[in-house]
Amino acid sequence: MTMIRRLRTSRLTPWVTGGLLVVVVAVLPLLDISLPGVLPGSTYTPGTLQLLAFAMVFAALALSYHLLFGVAGLLSFGHALYFALGAYGLGIVLRDTELALVPAMAVVLMAAIAIAAALGALSLRVSGIAFAMVTLAFAQAGSVLVRRNPSVTNGEEGLPLRVDNIPAELVGVLNTRNVYWLALALLVVVFLIVAWFERSRAGHVVAATRENELRVRVLGMTPFRVKLITVVLAGGLAALVGMVYLLLQSGVTPAVMTADFTLTLLVIVVLGGVGSRWGAVVGGVLYTLLDQRLTALARSEAIQDLPEFLRIPLSEPLFILGTLFILVVVLLPGGLAGVARRSLARADTARARAGRNLDEEARP
Amino acid sequence: MIADPILRVEALSASIDGQQVVEKVDFEVPATGVTAVLGRNGVGKTSTLKAVLGLISRSGVVEFDGVRIDGERTHRVVQRGIGYVPEDREVFASLTVAENLRLAARGGAPHRDMVDELFPDLVARTAQRAGSLSGGQQQMLSLARVLMNDNRLLLVDEPTKGLAPRIVTEVAAALERAAAVTPVLLVEQNLPVVRRLAHTVVVIEGGRVIHAGPAAELLDDDERTQQLLGVHSTDHSAPRGDTDHSAPRGDTDHSAPRGADNTREETS
Amino acid sequence: MSTVLLLLITGLGLGALYFLVASGLSLIYGLMGVLNFAHGSFLTLGAFLGWEVARRMEDGSWLTFGVSILVGAVVGATVATLTELLLIRPLYLRHIEQVLVTVGLSLATVALFEGIWGVDPIYVVGPEWLNDTTDIAGALIPNDRFVLIAAALIVLLGLVVFLKRTRYGLIIRAGVENRAMVTALGVDVRRAFTLVFAIGGAAAGIGGVLASHYFGYVSPLIGGSLLIFAFIVTVIGGLGSLTGAAIASVVVAVLQQFANFYLGGTGDFMVVALLAVVLLVKPTGLLGSKA
Repeated sequence: MTMIRRLRTSRLTPWVTGGLLVVVVAVLPLLDISLPGVLPGSTYTPGTLQLLAFAMVFAALALSYHLLFGVAGLLSFGHALYFALGAYGLGIVLRDTELALVPAMAVVLMAAIAIAAALGALSLRVSGIAFAMVTLAFAQAGSVLVRRNPSVTNGEEGLPLRVDNIPAELVGVLNTRNVYWLALALLVVVFLIVAWFERSRAGHVVAATRENELRVRVLGMTPFRVKLITVVLAGGLAALVGMVYLLLQSGVTPAVMTADFTLTLLVIVVLGGVGSRWGAVVGGVLYTLLDQRLTALARSEAIQDLPEFLRIPLSEPLFILGTLFILVVVLLPGGLAGVARRSLARADTARARAGRNLDEEARP
Repeated sequence: MIADPILRVEALSASIDGQQVVEKVDFEVPATGVTAVLGRNGVGKTSTLKAVLGLISRSGVVEFDGVRIDGERTHRVVQRGIGYVPEDREVFASLTVAENLRLAARGGAPHRDMVDELFPDLVARTAQRAGSLSGGQQQMLSLARVLMNDNRLLLVDEPTKGLAPRIVTEVAAALERAAAVTPVLLVEQNLPVVRRLAHTVVVIEGGRVIHAGPAAELLDDDERTQQLLGVHSTDHSAPRGDTDHSAPRGDTDHSAPRGADNTREETS
Repeated sequence: MSTVLLLLITGLGLGALYFLVASGLSLIYGLMGVLNFAHGSFLTLGAFLGWEVARRMEDGSWLTFGVSILVGAVVGATVATLTELLLIRPLYLRHIEQVLVTVGLSLATVALFEGIWGVDPIYVVGPEWLNDTTDIAGALIPNDRFVLIAAALIVLLGLVVFLKRTRYGLIIRAGVENRAMVTALGVDVRRAFTLVFAIGGAAAGIGGVLASHYFGYVSPLIGGSLLIFAFIVTVIGGLGSLTGAAIASVVVAVLQQFANFYLGGTGDFMVVALLAVVLLVKPTGLLGSKA
């Protein structure tokens, strides 16, 4: 009992748990585990690995958005832009040049960082709600750019991945588990970078600007610069995630550039709990699985046989997710992470109370 | 204890953005005359008034004329007959003088005539935007908004701050006239004005009440005034707004004001 | 010359649509600090229900057209009022949560509209005259532009009269400037909140029906696409400023039309570029005081 409590209160506990979790997730492709209703098939099948890899990519993307919204308190409606920049950028570089995968990724990352710096500097001239609107406008311009230039981006059709210059191990259905491991590695790397940033001086300062910008100014630091650093880091990470997404998906469509896509990220982060890294990860995984299962559910007979007023809403996954999101915002401030924190705290006080009662009873 | 106070505050605490700015304040306001709230800058005087009105989140007991009002929203509290003249006037700059008055009028503004008589400057400028008025005129508008209604208590926050001496006299005269019929809770740094108007004083330090009693008793005791407020009660020559705040901090004060309170007082 | 005139009047017509959406957004933001992401859904629902009523009446008559606009206004006002009372009010002063709730509402309602009416555009029929053109100095102007401009002018005029001449208008103007002080004068500002939502919703609903005639169809995405430009308009015009929204609507839409025609379809880009320039030069927007 005391050991369990000591384990929980230790600062290392989450890292140990996280490490174990990574190991478990890493060996999944080698195991044969079925979770009917949650996963479409056994854990070694390509379909399931693909879905899980998607979930991890979304979790990584949600982590990059967590930097903006959870850490810096910047409500951006244009984060999808950087994700799409990574995916489209890598797709175009691989198609039009003979660069190998890693140099191509480096080039795209540099470009994404430069664009994030320029647009970030511009949009950070306003704050709060105006910042949200401005980022939305920039993302919209990107979206239009992609749709209106089919000669470069293949327009609505979407851009297929040219595989000539990427390692054979990452290509084809049979190699899905390699891409799965790549997605896991991506998630771990993004998580560590985000954790490192939050502990860095810039991370502390930007978190302070979220609470009280005036005080940071008084302390002689410029909120603008740390916010810009955060925007650039978040944009760069999102681009990186976008590149892995391209490899996983073997292509990319303009859907990833829409405002709705950013809103999805917002839903994930809020669902998981604003300000919580683990919340972003859990939210990302949960959202991907829910979305997939709800889509399957919508087509199921159980739903199709319902009367119209129930069938129509229930066969729209986004309706259910949107409603769920509203309920979380109104009824569960702090999201899943908040629920977890509260129940842990309640368990602790209950235990403390139980312990005190024992003490009192022990007295003569 | 005062018999039948108009306002009774007990263990009133308040916070802004999670920072505590008023801490368990107790005081009472008698049903007649002017009660002045004194204290150094940033000790929570403005916040105390805002907490009474419910403009900032609060806990504790606020009793107005025997009725608990601490659970009520601001507009209900005001409608009970509490007029509020905020620090820095807070007139609506984009609205005209007439519109400012119209917005504030309650129950047909029964004392409009008195206001017109007190502030002839405003009558001449009803169509002018409040933002283009001088500081003194804005202060008069802020007072006029409140004085034209029937009130049972006035909360007036630093009405003479930053005003020229002639205007200070005018504002004080208007307040004196209002106080003849309505009790006033006055936050004021200008001690000659306090001496002229106030019967009772309450001194706040670090969000708490550290002294309460008759005004004359405190202000006649220069040493005690110096100790509590960091200024000399007889220093009539000091120009308003600067020197009375800049007395060296903490030289006579052993209760060490907490740093947070000195920077956090909301001025908006 | 006739091309310029055509582009100008078409731009004014589109600007009228932007204004019908942006006026509500700007007032809601100015008074309450809420960015209403669900505003596009008010518009879409107004358009759909306006069409549903119109198709049950005589096709192509002016009465049908008038009734569908009225339906759009009533529907927009009703859902907006319900949104304020049920979702926004419980989260009073928690601005970020309020935005999030409207985001959820917009996602859920767009999906719901797709479930009910399908994802494909539904073509709408209006009075014959709307599809005709009028010759103005050699330019053949489609008549629906005039209806749009007239509707936006009527809404603008109505709003100005309401804000200047009524007690609630006074409360709203004062509240945009300093909400706390309005309550400190004994005024219940929350009733004004519901009212601006209702007014904004009505304008959006009217905009929805008119947009369906301007584009020739109605679809679940019609609101969202207009909303983005309305956001840009409110930022350029200055958040909370009705006049700013009116001016920026016209500037944005006319710029868009001219760039689309003369600069090879770059209208949307020029609008975003204009936004960038405004942010660089005057982050508060043309007539805004807060950013």
